[in-house]
Amino acid sequence: MNDLINIFLNSVFVGNILLAYFLGMCSFVAVSKNIDTAIGLGFAVVFVLTVTTPVNWLIYQFLLAPGALAWAGLPDMDLSYLKLIMFIVVIATMVQVIEMLIDQFSRALYASLGVFLPLIAVNCAILGTSLFMVERNHTFIESAVFGFGSGVGWMLAIVSLAAIRMKLRYANTPRGLEGYGITMIVTGLMAMAFMLFSGITL
Amino acid sequence: MVSKMKIRNTKIYKAFANPVWGNNPISIQMLGICSALAVTVQLKTAIVMSLSMTFVVAFSSMTVSLMRKIIPRNIRILTELAIIATLVILADEFLRAYFYDISKQLSIFVGLIITNCIVMGRAEAFALSNPPHLAFVDGLGNGAGYGGVLVTVAFIRELLGSGKIFGFRVIPESVYAAGYEDMGFMLLAPAAFIIIGLLVWLQKVLAGE
Repeated sequence: MNDLINIFLNSVFVGNILLAYFLGMCSFVAVSKNIDTAIGLGFAVVFVLTVTTPVNWLIYQFLLAPGALAWAGLPDMDLSYLKLIMFIVVIATMVQVIEMLIDQFSRALYASLGVFLPLIAVNCAILGTSLFMVERNHTFIESAVFGFGSGVGWMLAIVSLAAIRMKLRYANTPRGLEGYGITMIVTGLMAMAFMLFSGITL
Repeated sequence: MVSKMKIRNTKIYKAFANPVWGNNPISIQMLGICSALAVTVQLKTAIVMSLSMTFVVAFSSMTVSLMRKIIPRNIRILTELAIIATLVILADEFLRAYFYDISKQLSIFVGLIITNCIVMGRAEAFALSNPPHLAFVDGLGNGAGYGGVLVTVAFIRELLGSGKIFGFRVIPESVYAAGYEDMGFMLLAPAAFIIIGLLVWLQKVLAGE
């Protein structure tokens, strides 16, 4: 249990997928102008990450990993080089499935998340989390917790940046630095703040 | 002078030069920073990453452009993704086979070229409507523009952070003896964000906006 809490805290704060590994920057910069859309996209990312990371774990462990096809009588098969293309297909499919499910069961949720779901398929944070999950040899439960934690960390980062950017509108930034430049510097300062969490273990 | 003007006006020159400076994918269009910054602690990894990226974007643009008349519109994204993923796997396997140490350091970031917006963006915005040779050159230009930013950031970080360039110590011992210290901060993630912010500022000022 402690391990799981550690993985969660680590993926939210110290190893924040965005602030420590720079993943998901594109939509992070583009969508953080408004706090409501940032929250919407944040929830969508948490949702998709929590589902795709364990699903990709299953695919990797039972189809792609070296020796994973032993159950099919092919113990020498190593398909791990296919993981990139498999993961991206799984992610695109899951995003599509989730979009249809949300559309069926909750109109309100669909109205607020719907626009963001297609964007997520190409968000590097999603693919990155799945690849990290393979590289760090997580178990099934760990990978689910890791996916959820990464999502929460990403959401925390984008919502805080959106809040800061709302304030920045009234700031007098030097010419040439407005917009993109100052956003990167603010992100850098946020990343520094998040690093202070390092060393927290239970 | 005349010949210089002529070169500057050719389509090929424009396709290459535009993304390198005026319309740089990272510092102007804000695309593809995802996988860019994590590999900039050292020049070596940054250069390998830039080369892999240039390879993928140039050949994917060329392939998409060659196939642009036979790709059905509805499934073009999927087709592009398949082409890109194939090239990325090629690059990844190549690095793993011949440069194992560097490929370990690059960890997942070569794989993440797949979701890099630059590759997909060039395929969508340029390759689908231009002939193969222009698409290839446009890809090279985008790769060079991307590489330029990456190498600059990596140069600053490696020089200030560990006093080295390509792993060779360039700051002499006597400077250390006089009390100079490496800036450990440069090796951490926040430094990359701040350097890129400052570079964007510099470029905008130089471009006179």
